[in-house]
Amino acid sequence: MAPLFNWLLQVSAITRFGLMSLPRRKGAVAATILGVAGVVAVLVGVLSIAAGFRRVLAMSGSPDVAIVLRSGADSEMVSGLTRQETRVISDAPGIARSARGSLASAELWVILDLPKRSTGTDANVPMRGVERNGLEVRPGVRVVEGRMFELGKNEVIVGRGAASSFQGLEVGKMIKVAHGQWLITGIFTANGGVSESEIWTDAHVLQEAYRRGDTFQSVYARLNSPGDFQTFKDALTSNPRLSVKVERQSDFYAGQSETMTRLITTLGVLIASLMAIGAVFGALNTMYGAVAARTREIATLRALGFGSAAILVSLMMESLALALAGGVVGAVVARLAFNNLQASTMNFQSFSQVVFAFKVTPDLLVRGVLWSAIIGLCGGIFPALRACRLPIATALREL
Amino acid sequence: MKFLPLIWHSLTRKKLRASLTFLSIVVAFILFGFLCAINEALVGGVAVAGADRLIVRDKVSIINMMPVTYKEKMERIPGVQLATHQTWFGGIYQDPKNFFMQNPVEPEVFLKMFPEFALPKDQLKVWLATRDGAVVGRKTAERFGWKIGDKIPLMSPIWPKTDNTQVWTFTLVGIYDGAEKRTDTTALFFRYDYFDEARIWGKGTVGWYSIRVKDPARAAEVVRAVDAEFENSANETKTEPERAFVQAWASQIGDITLIVSTILAAVFFTLLLVTGNAMAQAVRERTGELGVLKAVGFTNGRVLTMVLSEACLMTVVAGTLGLGLGWMIISRGDPTGGLLPMFALPFHHLLTGFAIAVALGVASGILPALHAMTLGVAEALRRI
Repeated sequence: MAPLFNWLLQVSAITRFGLMSLPRRKGAVAATILGVAGVVAVLVGVLSIAAGFRRVLAMSGSPDVAIVLRSGADSEMVSGLTRQETRVISDAPGIARSARGSLASAELWVILDLPKRSTGTDANVPMRGVERNGLEVRPGVRVVEGRMFELGKNEVIVGRGAASSFQGLEVGKMIKVAHGQWLITGIFTANGGVSESEIWTDAHVLQEAYRRGDTFQSVYARLNSPGDFQTFKDALTSNPRLSVKVERQSDFYAGQSETMTRLITTLGVLIASLMAIGAVFGALNTMYGAVAARTREIATLRALGFGSAAILVSLMMESLALALAGGVVGAVVARLAFNNLQASTMNFQSFSQVVFAFKVTPDLLVRGVLWSAIIGLCGGIFPALRACRLPIATALREL
Repeated sequence: MKFLPLIWHSLTRKKLRASLTFLSIVVAFILFGFLCAINEALVGGVAVAGADRLIVRDKVSIINMMPVTYKEKMERIPGVQLATHQTWFGGIYQDPKNFFMQNPVEPEVFLKMFPEFALPKDQLKVWLATRDGAVVGRKTAERFGWKIGDKIPLMSPIWPKTDNTQVWTFTLVGIYDGAEKRTDTTALFFRYDYFDEARIWGKGTVGWYSIRVKDPARAAEVVRAVDAEFENSANETKTEPERAFVQAWASQIGDITLIVSTILAAVFFTLLLVTGNAMAQAVRERTGELGVLKAVGFTNGRVLTMVLSEACLMTVVAGTLGLGLGWMIISRGDPTGGLLPMFALPFHHLLTGFAIAVALGVASGILPALHAMTLGVAEALRRI
């Protein structure tokens, strides 16, 4: 035990010397810390966009809700179902029932042109026509301001995300839908899910306004239990009168976010990796500077009997400490600057706007600090090796 | 110029430090190239949009179809030179991940309207004679290894055929190139007459129109005239210049330019610290030598210039190398596999990058240079 303890004592003594001499190298130290902080802030910031986007779509899916589209359709946009088909679907086994009948809602999905608040330019805002049971099918949806729209009337309710991102969406105001002016009667929330980016109305009124005849695009169905999904799916896919695709709502939305998440993650990691390489060079520079400035000091320590390994480890510790400090600064900055920052973007799959908030999750913060640790270790190893390899006599002569 | 060797020697005095600083600048400029290319991919369409073209879409929603008969009415409006239409087909080639755009068009008018798609004359002839013929851009042809004569099956969820199948098979009769380097050559075009006959619903309708105006200066008049023509009809229209349309489209994706410039600012600020610090250190170490130079008759101005040139030499050489490497990597194409068809680095960004490299050199060298300039000879010599 004693040699190990002695070694640890050496390491801590040298590390303390190193850290105490930091103020003498203010410029270089600040450059390293800020360099690493920059890398971590950018990495966390970019990935928080993907995290926020994924979260919105993940919050949208409930395992006991199924969505039915025409076979081959990968979004509601390109799907189409006739009235007969939606009737058959609503009668399928596995669907929960309430006093008002089967908990299924045949829905229509169109796009409305509304100006974005941030830029003033037109954006594709999704508008959904739901049937009477549309709200009961989705357990999380709640009208939080105003009231629900009335069936058969030109009235809409607006998701909270849409209301804050697009102009003119306030309770009591009118919006232009197709050729008429429709009244906004309420604002709703949906547990932070993607529905909050949408505007809802009565499917039958919307059919008329958009001259869709008696057709729909999807059916949402609430199942008795998540376990009934297979029964429900089998019943529909084996029905010769239908050619449909059945998915759990959660799986469907995960698929919807795939393109966007892939784009952001690929680019984010690419940018952060390049920045990290730059930061390693910066850290190397600082540590070489530190070693060079203390050549004599280190040689003296070695002459006094401090071991090479102890010197190596303590120099690495010093580099690690600097990088971690940078990492923490970067993570904090990212958290303060980006967390819950609201934005909206085009979801390529559905061709319409999704409102989401950047999410700097604890997981991302840990990842950022881990990156900083790696940068610190890479930046410390070579200077540290050099310090303990230099012949003592030569080093001492460098007065 | 005769002091170049001296500057070079001071720069390479600490080889390790110099090369590390050098490398971090190189990396920063590769990153600069990348961010410019990303930005270009997302909003670059604005720059290539035709100044004399308008886009007409349904006023209610871009997803609503418009009658094909609008074309003749548009052509009669004064100031309109040419009108043609396209429709979103949204077909899937093998897997939804293999995304590229496919639109049915009227071949001849279409190529007149969009001269940026350069299709060889003989291939156009074959296209006009082949009912199920399609042409595709060079990029997509290379991506999937298609050759002229290939049969291309596309599954269309939107457009079932009259025989109730969803797979449309086209014969590839031509491959077009971009007339300009920045033209997007990923889309596939096929014949509207074939499309209209074979689809089960929506016959006689199209997605949107493009109009070429005779005089771009009077485009605003044409915009008003087109919208007035179809007012109170079943499909009212919304007409706008192509550029405005593309701009609005880009801003739907989000405020990318802002995000990109924030990242760039962070990168260059960091870089400034690293280079500035290295330069300051280099000058500090040479205080004695600078004193000797001054003692033998170097003027203050000359010392200032020398230190500044040293910093600029470093950033410009490293910056140029970084831009060059970045350009080489970017030329290899889209890193996301098809999501960014216009991923490229136009020349003017390279010039901007070069200017930034010079500015970076001046900014990081100026403080040490001023310090060196104001150095008192006696004090400096005392440090030897």
